[in-house]
Amino acid sequence: MKGVQFQQLRDAGDPAELAAAHSEAGADEVVLLDISATHEARATLCDTVRRTARELFIPFTVGGGIRSLQEAMAVFDAGADKISVNSAALANPSLITQIAGRYGSQAVIVAIDAKRIKLNLNTDGGARFEAYVSGGRRPTGRDAVAWAREAEDRGAGEVLLTSMDRDGTGAGFDCDLTLAVSQAVRIPVIASGGGGDTQSFVDVFHRGGADAALAASIFHFGLRHLADLKRELQSVGIPMRWPC
Amino acid sequence: MIALVDYRAGNLSSVKKALDHLHVDAAITSDPELVAQADKIILPGVGHFSATAVLDETGLRSAIVESVKRGIPFLGICVGMQWMFDSSEEAPETPGLGLFPGRCERFPERVKSPHVGWNTLVCDDRSRLLRGISTGSFVYFTHSYRAPLEKATVARCEYGGEFSAAVEKDRLFGVQFHPEKSGATGLKLLQNFCGL
Repeated sequence: MKGVQFQQLRDAGDPAELAAAHSEAGADEVVLLDISATHEARATLCDTVRRTARELFIPFTVGGGIRSLQEAMAVFDAGADKISVNSAALANPSLITQIAGRYGSQAVIVAIDAKRIKLNLNTDGGARFEAYVSGGRRPTGRDAVAWAREAEDRGAGEVLLTSMDRDGTGAGFDCDLTLAVSQAVRIPVIASGGGGDTQSFVDVFHRGGADAALAASIFHFGLRHLADLKRELQSVGIPMRWPC
Repeated sequence: MIALVDYRAGNLSSVKKALDHLHVDAAITSDPELVAQADKIILPGVGHFSATAVLDETGLRSAIVESVKRGIPFLGICVGMQWMFDSSEEAPETPGLGLFPGRCERFPERVKSPHVGWNTLVCDDRSRLLRGISTGSFVYFTHSYRAPLEKATVARCEYGGEFSAAVEKDRLFGVQFHPEKSGATGLKLLQNFCGL
């Protein structure tokens, strides 16, 4: 499933098939985010993870509704290499430490959904961003950059940073948001939300300081070919895994 | 039968899955006796170097040392490879196996740590482990500490300076990266090890 600005949902197909196709096409990693994350959906998630992981030999991250160490363990047992936590981590940051303690920081990604706060600037005049939870529905009042720093302190291995303003639009990543977080933490930052044309990817690496970029819509719906994109990025000097 | 050593350090299932895919007979075990009887041993590991202390406590260290003396092929992955060295700065009180000299150190401040993601190898083409894997091949890393370059280094990687990405000496092998997460290149490496 893929959301557009977190509101309309379009069905893209079976995750296990999509993951295999993207891996074949040259994806460096696959992220499966269960955005329904209702109680009924939990059992199906582990089954989906198992089926997806079976023939995947690139890093596989699973997130969406992971609220406890036990739930994380079930997802790891089903075949995830890394898990992603969002709402539950913000509500209880020690969850990050618990999971990292058991599986290592490199297995714990903290996902942050952030939205620009209009007309609200930093003392240096820069934009400010607020973290949202519950599939991007609930504002938390927390500064996204400050939360990223705390997540790192608590043991997160990477930050998956999604711009809610740009998500699903294909209008380009939010480079200001990405740069603010990338400069605030030492751990890798994966930019997400808004990936579209090649320039948008070039920008998020060069101007946003992203360590990695995540895109979904443009690949799921056949709008871009992953290998073409990687080739183009490599040709402008952004190191890419090639051949893939 | 290959023994995939379980010492409660991270997630073993990815390695098992890769071996299953290669139709290799492997068993996940924490039993020193099974390890002692294995034809080959793989020691995976993610997480903290101090976790290798469990190997001492459970008798697994002795079983591994004995097998290695008998020439049983041994492959250490990630922290498993670091443990083959003398020690690691990450847990100075935990001794490594000392099969390779040197101390594992953290990355310099100027680079982001951990080193996470795909990076390229500079390969020694005499390596048996890396047969068919050429310089420039990408593999997947995720680590905060790295092993120094030394005589047994058969693959180097550049990140905050060069470090040992793979070591090989007789029947001892170590890889800093995760072959089970490195796509076709990783599977090829595992196949090379299993085929010895």
